[in-house]
Amino acid sequence: MISKFREWNANRHAYAQEWKKKTGGKVVGYFCTYVPEEILYAADILPVRILGGHEPQDLTEPHIFGMFCPFCRDCLAQGLKGKYNYLDGIMIAHSCLHIRQAYTSWEKHLPTQFTYYLPMPNNVQSPHAIPYLAEEIRDFKKAVEKWIGRELSDDDIIRGIQLMDESRNLMRKLYEFKAMENPPISGEETMQIAITQQMVRKEEHSEALKDLLSKIQSNGKKSGTRLMILGSENDDIPFVNMVEGCGATIVIDDHCVGTRYFWNSVNYNGGDPIQAIAKRYVERPACPSKDWMDRTRVTHLLKLAKDFNAKGAILIQQKFCDPHELDIPAIKKAFNEAGIPTLFLEFDVTVPIGQFKIRVEAFLEMLNEDDLF
Amino acid sequence: MNIPTYKTEQLKCWNKAKELRNNFYKNYASAHEKGGIRWAGGAWSFGAIPAGLGRDVFPLTGEPYAASIAFNKEFSIRCMEAVEKKGYARDLCSYMRNYWGSIILDEWAFGGKFQKPDFMWQDHICCSHSKWYQVASELEGGVPTFSIDVTVGPYNTVKEHKIDYLVNQMLDGIEWLEKTTGRKYNDELLIEACKNEFRSTSKWAKICELNMTQPAPLDEKSMYSFYVFGTLAKHSGEFADFYDELYDEVKYRVENQIAATPHEVCRLMSDTQPPWGFLKIFRYLESFGAVSVGSLYTFGLIGVWEDKPDGSWGARTTPMEKGIEIKTREQALRLLADWNLSKPEWQHFYSPHLKSEMMIKIAKQWKLDGIMLHYNRGCEGLSLGIAENRLALIEAGFPVMTFEGNMGDEREFDEAQAKSRMDSFMETLGFKQLKI
Repeated sequence: MISKFREWNANRHAYAQEWKKKTGGKVVGYFCTYVPEEILYAADILPVRILGGHEPQDLTEPHIFGMFCPFCRDCLAQGLKGKYNYLDGIMIAHSCLHIRQAYTSWEKHLPTQFTYYLPMPNNVQSPHAIPYLAEEIRDFKKAVEKWIGRELSDDDIIRGIQLMDESRNLMRKLYEFKAMENPPISGEETMQIAITQQMVRKEEHSEALKDLLSKIQSNGKKSGTRLMILGSENDDIPFVNMVEGCGATIVIDDHCVGTRYFWNSVNYNGGDPIQAIAKRYVERPACPSKDWMDRTRVTHLLKLAKDFNAKGAILIQQKFCDPHELDIPAIKKAFNEAGIPTLFLEFDVTVPIGQFKIRVEAFLEMLNEDDLF
Repeated sequence: MNIPTYKTEQLKCWNKAKELRNNFYKNYASAHEKGGIRWAGGAWSFGAIPAGLGRDVFPLTGEPYAASIAFNKEFSIRCMEAVEKKGYARDLCSYMRNYWGSIILDEWAFGGKFQKPDFMWQDHICCSHSKWYQVASELEGGVPTFSIDVTVGPYNTVKEHKIDYLVNQMLDGIEWLEKTTGRKYNDELLIEACKNEFRSTSKWAKICELNMTQPAPLDEKSMYSFYVFGTLAKHSGEFADFYDELYDEVKYRVENQIAATPHEVCRLMSDTQPPWGFLKIFRYLESFGAVSVGSLYTFGLIGVWEDKPDGSWGARTTPMEKGIEIKTREQALRLLADWNLSKPEWQHFYSPHLKSEMMIKIAKQWKLDGIMLHYNRGCEGLSLGIAENRLALIEAGFPVMTFEGNMGDEREFDEAQAKSRMDSFMETLGFKQLKI
């Protein structure tokens, strides 16, 4: 059932190139999930998330100082290696400083027809964030219109919203299965679907997901120890395989490749569609760089852990990822107070699977000690 | 090589600067004794706004306070270790860690217990800015905190709706200040503070312009002791007046060829905050006849600049110089937002290429022989894009040397290695240690 998603993930560049050849359409690479893809879909563009390759590299040393996160350097490395040569444009929405460097270096050294920086507000808790973002999205829409040479009507925008929302809603349905006592889908399988959700045309991805949902059994094999994973960007399939191979089942996550990308929808029901899009992005589960002055993430994460009955949580942080470094002590404290033990792991472009395996095994043993005695 | 010898003399206003700085911290610490208010926030926060609460409102700006801690290596190490014990990563902003450490240890950098603020007033452009005070508030048991997001893109893209976003947050902030302090807000004081800020930040840029002169009247190590007023309270009338005084003195030095260093043969600039515990590296450079005449950091962290019609870079014309009369709260806030959005050190948060353009302008206008980039592990904000700046400066034909360090965590600065790099750089530029 998952083979289609695995194939897309393994051949992500071939997929985009074939799509381009087949449709004659444009492909835009984006660096952050705050990019309002609704506008790109309205313009019949294929948005693809630029992700790393999980291979050691030294191409980015002249471009990004080594104290910045390995993820942003890995993303830029993919461009410098020529993996994304098929892109017609790149864009980013304002989130963390680290990933912005991948964008600005790419913009200079790997020129594309279209580049766009969208100032997504950081003060998402301010009542002024939505009207402000709506204006920024209007400016972005104008830039896209200028590039593609045609105006985008409200109907186009609404079509973009519907495509995005359908995909989000299907993912929420998939996650309902993960909340079950014996989830019929693993963390690795979910991650394959979540990664490809960010690089395959939503129409195709949604069709495959509908097919999967129609075939999925409501009860799977007995689950392992139910875990939550959360933190920095994480699309590390070998890591997830290792964790689940140790006897765990990852039942819920809070990553930008994962629930932060699709947890809330636009739910358009009339009125100004741009305003509706802005509302969705301001109100989505926050990236830590935007989670102030109240800590909304802590409440949201605890609710997820409770709703999905997670027995423990792995806190993942990309090395040097300041926004997550600033949240992890508060999250760890809140989880421990709620009786949910945590394991902290620092990620790099590649992870030391052997060392992490020992730590994960010890963590699982600790979580299951009641069963032992 | 012909080694020139210039007249040098200590700056006359040096002692006054020390006194003003000491009074700044004393006023904050003793504010409650006179029924006053104290607030804490970043050096870039819109300090002119809380000034509308009264003349007895005193700020504590986090970055310069933390730099003072960094200068005291023993205390700084204890701060860092206290923060690490609480579970925070050691690669986070070292100013922030010094500041938090001072709270956790309950020790004030100038003796006694940590002086807790009544509220926190921050702005946000760096990922760490609002989070700094979010955590500080938690560590201090819940001090009320307000922060203004300024991440609307570079100044060359500013439009009305971007200014509106800032101004609307500022207006909310004023309401919040009234509720938090129970005081009635005074728009006259706000307008006065805004004018002071325009005056002081433009005048600081004018002082930096004077350093185009050969020999340079100021060296960067001394400039750190003066630019700091803009980081303490750029809205202060007393500090704006002091900058007028400093300008007159530096102008006098230019007119009378009074140099910062007696044998200037090489002109450099640095970048980002220096390793505060090791400012002696600047004195080491002087042994080669090299003077660091400033940096985008020293010029533009607080100084506000603009492109002039002749293509040069100079101090921004203030609203008062343009004949604008500031009459209302909204007008003052709009001008304040616009003014700050043009701050040079805010531009690279969106693109290192904008910073490279400004650095190249400085390198040309200030007639530099080379550039030293401090790859500063202590500040993700100002080290942002620094590798691209290096490439652009080299492409523009300027010799560049880099050294790694940390502005506030001495464990990450290797003095011997930095000096060895300086030796090699000087040799590359063709300068030897002077035997005078």
